[in-house]
Amino acid sequence: MTIEEIHQLLVDEFGSDAILALVTDRIDPWIEVAPSSIVDVSVFLHDDDRLRFEHLNNLCGVDYLEPDAKKAKTFEHEPHLQVVYHLQSYVHKLRCVVKVKLPRWKDDVEGELPECPSVSSVWEIADWHERECYDLVGIRFTGHPNLRRILCPEDWVGHPLRKDYEMPLEYHGIRGK
Amino acid sequence: MSTVVQETDQRVIEFDVRTDEMLVNMGPQHPSTHGVLRLLLRTDGEVVHEVTPHIGYLHRCAEKIGENLSPPQWIPYTDRMDYLAGMNMNLGFSLAVEKLVGMEVPEKAMVVRVLIAELGRIASHLVGMGAYGLDLGSFSPFLYAFREREIILDLFEEVCGARLTYSYITPGGVTHDLPAEIDIPPGLAALTGRKPTERRPFLEVVEMFLSWLEPRIKEYHTLLTRNAIFVRRTANLGILSRDQAVGFGCTGPVLRGSGVDWDLRRDGEPIYTRMYDGYEFEVPVAPFDDAPRVAVLGDNWCRFYVRMMEVVQAIRLVRQAMEKYPTAEGEARIPYKLSNKLPNDECYLETECPRGAMGFYLVGTGNAEPFRARAKSSCFCNLAVTHDISRATLLADIPANVGSLDIVMGEIDR
Repeated sequence: MTIEEIHQLLVDEFGSDAILALVTDRIDPWIEVAPSSIVDVSVFLHDDDRLRFEHLNNLCGVDYLEPDAKKAKTFEHEPHLQVVYHLQSYVHKLRCVVKVKLPRWKDDVEGELPECPSVSSVWEIADWHERECYDLVGIRFTGHPNLRRILCPEDWVGHPLRKDYEMPLEYHGIRGK
Repeated sequence: MSTVVQETDQRVIEFDVRTDEMLVNMGPQHPSTHGVLRLLLRTDGEVVHEVTPHIGYLHRCAEKIGENLSPPQWIPYTDRMDYLAGMNMNLGFSLAVEKLVGMEVPEKAMVVRVLIAELGRIASHLVGMGAYGLDLGSFSPFLYAFREREIILDLFEEVCGARLTYSYITPGGVTHDLPAEIDIPPGLAALTGRKPTERRPFLEVVEMFLSWLEPRIKEYHTLLTRNAIFVRRTANLGILSRDQAVGFGCTGPVLRGSGVDWDLRRDGEPIYTRMYDGYEFEVPVAPFDDAPRVAVLGDNWCRFYVRMMEVVQAIRLVRQAMEKYPTAEGEARIPYKLSNKLPNDECYLETECPRGAMGFYLVGTGNAEPFRARAKSSCFCNLAVTHDISRATLLADIPANVGSLDIVMGEIDR
């Protein structure tokens, strides 16, 4: 099954309000899904007999912001965040990439983390991946059973993989620079 | 300064202990947690009810570093992820970069990569085997395993100059071709009764090593795999069902130990499977016909046995690569400049590392440095099942369960 057919299946099931785009002119084509529909779409991708994407290879966040003024001239993206889901079907030997676009801050208030529904009820491993994504990229996964930092200490300030992150100068008496 | 902890505080909920229960902290300096892993165990007497792994002690945000470096400069950081299989980590990342820029490496580079990566797999599984024996209180297999691994490290040292952090496989191939002639590694010379000063062709020394290692595997089986104490401590313990293994995103020997026939060297993406075209090898998957009667699908014993069988297959693969090497065409490397601009594109690639599928996700935006360099660790996912396979087991079996997952903290924490 090609990515176009998977896309068609999803559009038939959820309509074009939930399935926003299909991008095929890239090495790994992807399907863009509206944040509010990601859980329903995930359940369908996981359970449907034609698809059976039982394995979540990877879940990660990307911060599309170019702080370097020189590089920003050729930077093609508007500032936003992406959550990328890489899926794998063992039964049908299929791969698929699903993306969710989020604003960098909730309601454009700086410091308010954007929200994305958690898919940890669909794939168990998403629990840890989402914790890591929250920790490093700063995305609040709503409905997550235990959204705590996983790699950084609990009292760490900021989200290191944000492009405008500033390294703390001091942490419990340890100098940062 | 004193702070009042509110009842809603996460820490209060976490340490909310009921009567007769005990919280036991295992690690981060416990010898059988394979590095700096802290397990918080909620126990009722000797029986464990809940295992909460706390990770991050080795976190250095390699992904952030990767965003500021050109791919060849990030190669040494991949060495330090899974430091017991540096070659395989290099390979995974190099292939991801090649997929992103659309580069095809010559046949010779592919053959050298297979040879080196499979030797790396043997070395890694030897440590996995030895350390697992150590976890269960059997010291000798560890010494034997390290004796063998030492020879592989010596061979790698002759190939690239490093013994642990190789940075040998780079985007475009390998840093340089295999050496023509080397001194026989002292360990191998002593074991085979030769002089360490004797110079021999590299491939001949590798074959010398393999033919020495092959009969030893039977000895390991006698010493460990079929050992009555070992079987009692591993079989029918730490059972991971197929659905759990898939749901938790387990890969590698952990997944195959639960009965899923999936190996990326065979089922992966073309850029990776192309390397293994024309090679004959089998993928060991549980259940095994020759398993002890008490062993069940997905238990500690199966995971361990998958690794042991993979060593046999890796030996086969190295031998086939050695056969192909003299006639392989092309150079061992095509140049990849540090200033090489990455296209405005993105890709994800997984490769079969000894511990599971290591994935690299790269986003390019027209600069030499990737905009996002994500390393998806296989051990990270494998460790997540600790709680599920350790529920209602005895405290003394926790090292057996964690050890059977064969984790490396450098890769989990990145």
